[in-house]
Order: sequence, then structure tokens, then C-alpha cells
Amino acid sequence: MRADLAAIAQWVAPQARVLDLGCGDGSLLRYLWQQRQAPGYGVEIDDAAVLGCVENDVNVLQVDLESGLSLFADQSFDSVVLSETLQTIHRTEFLMREMLRVGREVIVSFPNFGHWAARLQVLFGRMPVSETLPYQWYETPNVHHCTVVDFEDLCRRLGVRIRERLVLHEGHAVTWLPNLLGSVAVYRCTAA
Amino acid sequence: MNAPDHASSVGAVTAQKARFGEPLRLKGGAELPSYEIAYETYGELNAARTNAVLVCHALNASHHVAGYYAEQPDNIGWWDNLVGPGKPLDTRRFFVVGSNYIGSCFGSTGPASINPASGKPWGADFPVVTVEDWVEAQARLADRLGIERFAAVIGGSLGAMQALQWTLSYPERIRHSIVIAAAPRLTPQNIAFNEVARQAIMTDPDFHGGHYYEKGVVPTRGLRIARMIGHITYLSGEAMAEKFGRLLRRGAPGFDFDIDFEVESYLRYQGDKFSTYFDANTYLRITKALDYFDPGAEYGGNLSAALARAQAAFMVVSFKSDWRFPPARSREIVRALLDNRRIVSYLEIDAPGGHDAFLLEDRRYHNALRAYFANIDL
Repeated sequence: MRADLAAIAQWVAPQARVLDLGCGDGSLLRYLWQQRQAPGYGVEIDDAAVLGCVENDVNVLQVDLESGLSLFADQSFDSVVLSETLQTIHRTEFLMREMLRVGREVIVSFPNFGHWAARLQVLFGRMPVSETLPYQWYETPNVHHCTVVDFEDLCRRLGVRIRERLVLHEGHAVTWLPNLLGSVAVYRCTAA
Repeated sequence: MNAPDHASSVGAVTAQKARFGEPLRLKGGAELPSYEIAYETYGELNAARTNAVLVCHALNASHHVAGYYAEQPDNIGWWDNLVGPGKPLDTRRFFVVGSNYIGSCFGSTGPASINPASGKPWGADFPVVTVEDWVEAQARLADRLGIERFAAVIGGSLGAMQALQWTLSYPERIRHSIVIAAAPRLTPQNIAFNEVARQAIMTDPDFHGGHYYEKGVVPTRGLRIARMIGHITYLSGEAMAEKFGRLLRRGAPGFDFDIDFEVESYLRYQGDKFSTYFDANTYLRITKALDYFDPGAEYGGNLSAALARAQAAFMVVSFKSDWRFPPARSREIVRALLDNRRIVSYLEIDAPGGHDAFLLEDRRYHNALRAYFANIDL
């Protein structure tokens, strides 16, 4: 399992109701159901990933996140997860507000654009390509890259309270200079 | 996922009839003293009786879901691309039941059947039936077949309304409800289309207030127009453009009222064909059944409250090019199910076929149904 998903799974309480946005083939939801008896729903737009969810016997809803979470009632989930998807969203602030509307807490992970390898590539005049940023600039689905510091600024602006943060590199926690040495960041947030 | 190994036809099938002597009390207040239901089955009911799947049909189809009739090899079931050995609804694993609704003209008791009270065809006196009535009749057929609980009930369009109604009428008798190209109730625009179709039939001079059987005539003109209107709403604008474009039948405009455009030819053909096999009184009644379907009505229009008693797991599927029952209508159902914390998956298929896409073989759509059925425990 991807390191950020393992972290997310730890933060989900047993039997919690989970909404996984951009859930891929439903692996996290399947894991949460099997390991923590946490029932959930995934939201996914990609046809092949949606089929993967159905094969994995995971509840999946094929709707576009950009149009919001109007299918879901206020505070109807314990945890709303957005893993490695934030950077692909056009209406970032809108979606963050929507997540806080439907969930008691939100768990967000994203590739850290502040990682030294990314900075170095930009310094040499290139858009970064790496394990966590595996696309060429002309084919990337990513539209809104951010760094650890940038994300925390946004949380402050939206009045979001950060409860926990885990910055990772190659599956290991990074505590020293996380914005420089971490390639993936995971946050657990609530409304203030 | 299992590959569709050797997907094939269920082969030659035989329609059957079940006769019921116990009266059926209808939602509209009338009572059918006795009635018959035409049905077909494919596959075998397992010893535990846990593998039965009911297929509900829409407006102009019947209990002939899959396979063909030995004496009519070209008469292939309307959902043969979905149902059969190795197909998404695999008859090697499931016992599939296709049942014809009451009021039909294809075998179950309907307006053309003999009214036992008069010894003559029911005609206009045949009561207006509803989706709830059909589910009631299907439940009695299930009793007759020894099916206590369906593994799944599946349908598209009007058939989907039945699959949904099953979860409300008999929540404990259905494990999975597969609701395709559906709406939780019709819009005024949907009803308007139905009303134009009904008016076309009822104003045909050959209609005779519904008692045309005894006059030896058929309101063919009305049926043709009703069918043409229907067809316009089943296809997407995109599909029509793709299929017909602005192709001219005679190469150049005729500056007369014969057929110019291909689409006119298509509609006339569909209308003509339909008017030879479909019964006008049946058409009036099914469009009414559509108009009246509204499970939220008893709950002040609150669909979430209406669906609170459903226990089944749901698979809801819509098609982006469907403007008759567009995806937003399916999302109303999904939203109400989520409000009730029901198990539900929802697929929005980007297929061009319009409302009729549910009958077509789209890889994404069929693969998802195949995977869904494969995960149903028996």
C-alpha cells in the first residue's frame, strides 16, 4: 500500500464512515472495510478506476469532484479523504469547503512541490519529474501544485485547523526540514 | 475479472403462463378478478433458491428477454446482449426470470384479453395499472416459482422503476436493485410527451373510445404518431445526427411532402412497424403508469423519506446523452439512498445512445454489470 494511504488508514477510527474522493480502484476503502470495519463510499470519475471499485466490491459514485459534493448531506461522514488528488483540482478552495461541510474531519495528501529534487530541477530550468510527480508538463493531470508551506497558508486562509501532519519520503517520516526533504505530505484537518 | 468466456445465447426458449385465480387489488381501486402472467426463465434455480434475478421490461418489450423461439429464430430476446451463458448476467450462475406486466399486449392479461364479466375483450374497461401493481403481480409469480427472495431485480427506464419499487414494496425480498436509466418520477416535460402520444391515439377516428376490437379496426395512425414521439425522446440529438445527418432520401429536396430526410424515413418506419404489433389501449396504460410513478408523493415529495424502508444494495446507472431521464434524475435517487446510508454505487456512462443506451452493448456499462453480478453471493 502507498505510504500516504497507510498513514491515512491509521487516522481513520474503527467503524468510522469514510468518503474517499478520487478513490482510484477503491483499495483504501477495501482496506478500511477489512481492517477497521469502516464503511465508506468512493468518488471517482475515471471509467477504468470505477470498474476497479465495482470489482473490489467497494461503493463508488461516478461524479465530478469539480461540481462539488452535492450528493452528500452536511456532516454525514466521519472522515473525508482526498489522497494525491488535491493537485488535480481546479476549484481547490471550493472543494476544501465542501469537504469540511460533509465531513467532521478531512484527510488530505499531496506531492510536495517543495521537495529539494523538484526545486533543483526548476533551478536547472526544467519542470520536475520524479516518482511522486511522474508526468511531463504537457501530459500531467496536475493543475495546482503546492508545497507544505503553501498548503498550510491555504488552511489558515480558510480557517481550517490542522490536527496532524505527516511528511514522508520513500515511505519514511521526515521531521527535519520537511518542506525540503519530504516528497509527500499528509494532513488531518477539521473546521476551526 | 472473469473474461466473457464463450459468451453465447441461452438458445431456444419457451414462453410460459401462470394463471392466478385470486383477485389482484389495484392501486387505482379496481380489482382484477383473475389474471395470467406470461414469463420466461433461463438457467436453473439453485437448491437454496438464492440465485434468482428478475428482469423487468420497459415500455414496448416483454418477458422475452433472451434467447429465441425455435419456430421464430429471428425473434431474439430484447436484452440478449446482457443475459446468457458467459454474459454479464450469466445464466450459468443465475436463474433469470423475465415477466410481462399486467396490461401488456404480449401475453399477460391486458386490454385485449377477455373480460370474464362480459365475455368480450376488456378494451377501454381494462383498469389503469401502476408500477406498484406490477410489482405485486411479480411477487405472486415469484411465490409460484418458489422464490422467496431475489438475488437481484434489474431493469432500465420503466423497468428500473419496477426494480426501485421492489425495494419499497418488498424490502425483505430483494438483495440487490439495479436501476438503469431511471427517474424517481417524471418531470412535467416527460408527462407532456406522454400526453401528446395519448392524444394522438385517442383522437384517431379508429379508436372508438378504446372499444376498437369489436369494430374490427386498429387506431394505427395514432399509434404511429405516438411511437414517433417516443422515438425522438429515446435517441440523443447526437445519435440522430450520427445516424441520419441531413441525408436526403432522393438526393435532392423534393419541394413536396414525401420523405426528404432520412430521419423522416426512420420515424415513419418505426411508427409503421410499431402500429402492427402494439396495442393502443396498452400504450395508454403504460404511459399512465410512467406518469403516476412517484414514490416520494406519499412523503410530501421527500424521496429520502420514501426510500427509508429500502434494505437492498443498489447499483444505479445513467447515460450522459439520455435527455429523457438524464443523469441528474439518477443522482436524485442516489442522493436519497445516501441520505439513508444505503449501500449504493452509481455509474454515469458517457455513451452516445441517449435513453436507449441501456439496451446497447457498451463495454464500460456491461463490464460494470458483469463485475457487479460476479460479486453477488449466492
